Amino acid sequence: MGGYVLTADNPITGALAEHGVAMGGYHIGIHRPSGSTGGSGVAAARPHGEGRMAVITRGFGGRRRDNTDLPPGQYRTDDFPVLSAGPTPRIGLDEWELAVVTETGGRSTWSWPEFTALPTDEATVDIHCVTRWSKFDTSWRGVSVDTLLADVETAAEYVVAHSYGGYTTNFPLEDLLDGQAWVAYEFDGEPLAPVHGGPARLLVPHLYFWKSAKWLRALELRLDDQPGFWETAGYHNYGDPWREQRHWAD
Amino acid sequence: MTTTNVGADDTPWVDGNALAGPLGEIIGTDLTVAELTCASCRTTRPLAAMRVFDRAPGLVARCPGCQDVVMRVVRTSSHVLVDLRGSLVLSLPAPTA
Repeated sequence: MGGYVLTADNPITGALAEHGVAMGGYHIGIHRPSGSTGGSGVAAARPHGEGRMAVITRGFGGRRRDNTDLPPGQYRTDDFPVLSAGPTPRIGLDEWELAVVTETGGRSTWSWPEFTALPTDEATVDIHCVTRWSKFDTSWRGVSVDTLLADVETAAEYVVAHSYGGYTTNFPLEDLLDGQAWVAYEFDGEPLAPVHGGPARLLVPHLYFWKSAKWLRALELRLDDQPGFWETAGYHNYGDPWREQRHWAD
Repeated sequence: MTTTNVGADDTPWVDGNALAGPLGEIIGTDLTVAELTCASCRTTRPLAAMRVFDRAPGLVARCPGCQDVVMRVVRTSSHVLVDLRGSLVLSLPAPTA
């Protein structure tokens, strides 16, 4: 088990989750055990596409957060800084489309009404920017990547996320599965603002936040790894904040 | 000197003079007089005319005409990386004797 442990409100299932047993429940807490050194593993099995809403909240509700919850080299902010490598794309919801493209050219697409009709999760997670700020307990609503890939046949091991505006970022496919990643379209109960990636952005909180691509347009499933915008310009190919994987040599 | 601009798109950028410091630091010459040819629209402009998005993990210079990326500068703990794949030509005045 890596940098996160899943707990459930139920003390029995929660105890199982503490030992790394994947849960099928809908009330899942995510927290980092003290002393964890990181890793990529989060394993929360969840039925796909059942039209039910999963609620993911932090474990140990109400626990006071302190610097032991910060990955190395990070500081805490309560703001939500806006970082951007270019102009903010403005995408009308009537023209917005999300695509999943497989290595054989198979293509699944969702219009905005189709996408927002999918089952959603509420996720409360910590986010960690490679520019060293971290923000605790951010609240999102979005569609699990598991749901988007539920009916997709693929042998791919890697994913490139493509954004409106041309941004790209890459992942091992396993890092987007099992309840670790969402396509989020609400923040703090409001529609996601364009400067923060609206209409919809990727949310992959166990990796540095440059991996949570704003203005998501497509997920490209690939047999080979293809480094993205920052990954080709000196930033780490994987980007685990708990292992401080900021740059190529880290 | 650089100036900050906030366009209608809410994303602030500064002019290309912001590149002069980090590039001059490693190349050792004044690059504000350099000209870049955008690989996308093939327009040649002074470096200072590029739009630099600096509130990001690195400096991202974009062509003011077509908005494509012409240069990226990233500082790691040990290196400064300059990615010029978006530029066809970097033109500098020859040093005078």
